Amino acid sequence: MTAAAEGSPAFGMTRARRNALLQSEPVQGFALISPTFLYALILLVLPILVVIAHSFWTQNYLTIDRTFTLENYRIALTEPIYRDLLWRSLYISLTVSFFTVVLAYPIAYFISFHGGRHKSLWLFLITIPFWTSYLLRVMSWKVILGYNGVLNSGLMGLGVIDEPSTALLYNSSAVIITLTHAWAAFAILPIFVSLEKVDRTLVEAAKDLGDGPIRSFLRVTLPLSAPGVISAALIVMIPTVGDYVTPKLVGGKDGVMIANAIQAQFGKASNWPLGAALSVTTMLIVTLIAGATVLILRTAQRLAR
Amino acid sequence: MTAMRRFLANGWLSAYAFLYVVFLYLPVIFLPIFSVNTAATPKFPLSGFTLKWYEDLPRTPALLDAAWNSLVVGVSAAILSTVLGILAARSITRYRYPGRRAINGLIMAPLVLPEIIVAISLLLVILQLGLSLSLFTVVLGHVLVSIPYSMTVLTAGFEGFDRSLEEASADLGESAFGTFRRVTLPMVAPAIISSLLVCFTISLDEFLIAFFLTGTEATLPIYIWGQLRFASKLPGVLALGTLLLAASFLLMTVAEILRRHAAKRTQNEGGLYA
Repeated sequence: MTAAAEGSPAFGMTRARRNALLQSEPVQGFALISPTFLYALILLVLPILVVIAHSFWTQNYLTIDRTFTLENYRIALTEPIYRDLLWRSLYISLTVSFFTVVLAYPIAYFISFHGGRHKSLWLFLITIPFWTSYLLRVMSWKVILGYNGVLNSGLMGLGVIDEPSTALLYNSSAVIITLTHAWAAFAILPIFVSLEKVDRTLVEAAKDLGDGPIRSFLRVTLPLSAPGVISAALIVMIPTVGDYVTPKLVGGKDGVMIANAIQAQFGKASNWPLGAALSVTTMLIVTLIAGATVLILRTAQRLAR
Repeated sequence: MTAMRRFLANGWLSAYAFLYVVFLYLPVIFLPIFSVNTAATPKFPLSGFTLKWYEDLPRTPALLDAAWNSLVVGVSAAILSTVLGILAARSITRYRYPGRRAINGLIMAPLVLPEIIVAISLLLVILQLGLSLSLFTVVLGHVLVSIPYSMTVLTAGFEGFDRSLEEASADLGESAFGTFRRVTLPMVAPAIISSLLVCFTISLDEFLIAFFLTGTEATLPIYIWGQLRFASKLPGVLALGTLLLAASFLLMTVAEILRRHAAKRTQNEGGLYA
């Protein structure tokens, strides 16, 4: 706090000024983000490009023939087994996102409009099961729905059924139930955020002008929260299309999804290019459906007004 | 009359909210319940209380190895993704430059990509480069999927952070590093710790990427996956799962408390100067 301290303010000032001149904001900002940016480029963009490249090549026993071909895409789109798996994955993920959003909306509404002081506690309560291992949550559904499982033994104990039902586990309904549960919290958050942004005075104005609670909800709150509904639907739909664990654990033969087929190509079947083509096809279809969902919900939102 | 109607409407909503929470928690609660049940199959009625499934856990060498691997991978992934998250979150909240949104979008992309795509594309590149699969490659994958979460926690912590404090520090002669260490860091420390905990939890629980990218070494979820094939091993898996659940619960609760603490701190400080 003596000589050094006396000298440094002036020095610090000029240096700060020179830094400000030499290093403009954009340069500094970009320099700061570049390690993370590079990480994402090298470990996400580059790998996806490699997958896309592979999808145009051919597996030649142990080596890969790098002449351009669309054969993998022909197989992915026309072979009944892959076509069915793609359709089923889409059907399951769309059903799951529909149910998660429909089930999540009232709870997000409740927290936003009636949560009061306990808003963040409610949010915490609802998101915490989501932070537990996904594998374990799927496993618990296997325990619940299994032949010797909780539901069967419980229903038998209550005298509702006489013998265990095999209809509960190993089908696409089991996959849908499990995924709907697993992704519930993911749907609540975006809807909640958009409901929080709804101007409460607009709702009151609608009521003052004679709209009942249901009409004011349908004409004011719901359209205004549509962005949240859209992102909730997408945030559930996109990852569930490619889910591997749930179909493998509770899906059985009828619940197999496209991710299981992709895994098989990189594992046992050892046909990387076909696996790559299946992955790219899945990504493209997901993107298309996501775009379509946004479009449909936006149009619905406009019509509702 | 309207008050009555409103009460009814709220009553329905509250009842729904309650049922929803039950729906969220019920499946998870069956794991601890059946992990202390004497029967080897999880069914009602419960047959009796026991801790033997837990007592068996430390006597399984493969499990201990998996736990150690999970710890190593989790800690490495948490530190790496938090460091990368700090740099990116700081850049996003502090600077304005062209391409900022696009870069942010790219960094957040793993959040909305099917995990299988992330896993197999990484696998392809690693095999192409001739790298061998190991815990290190698992860490690489876990960092990629943890960064978006780290970013979310950290940007929330960095936003509302008052820049005039840093400027004051620089004006008073503190070097850039000194300012960071003595002004910025203490303000954002809770957010950083929260990010570390969140990323560790993600890595601890993550299965698919680890499943694809590991060599011979298993992490805990991979160990559990392997055990699921044997019906007789189920109670042990339930016990282990219960411990993992408890760990995630605990870590996330601490992370949440810290996150809120961080938000309150920056907001209050901002309020003073605004």
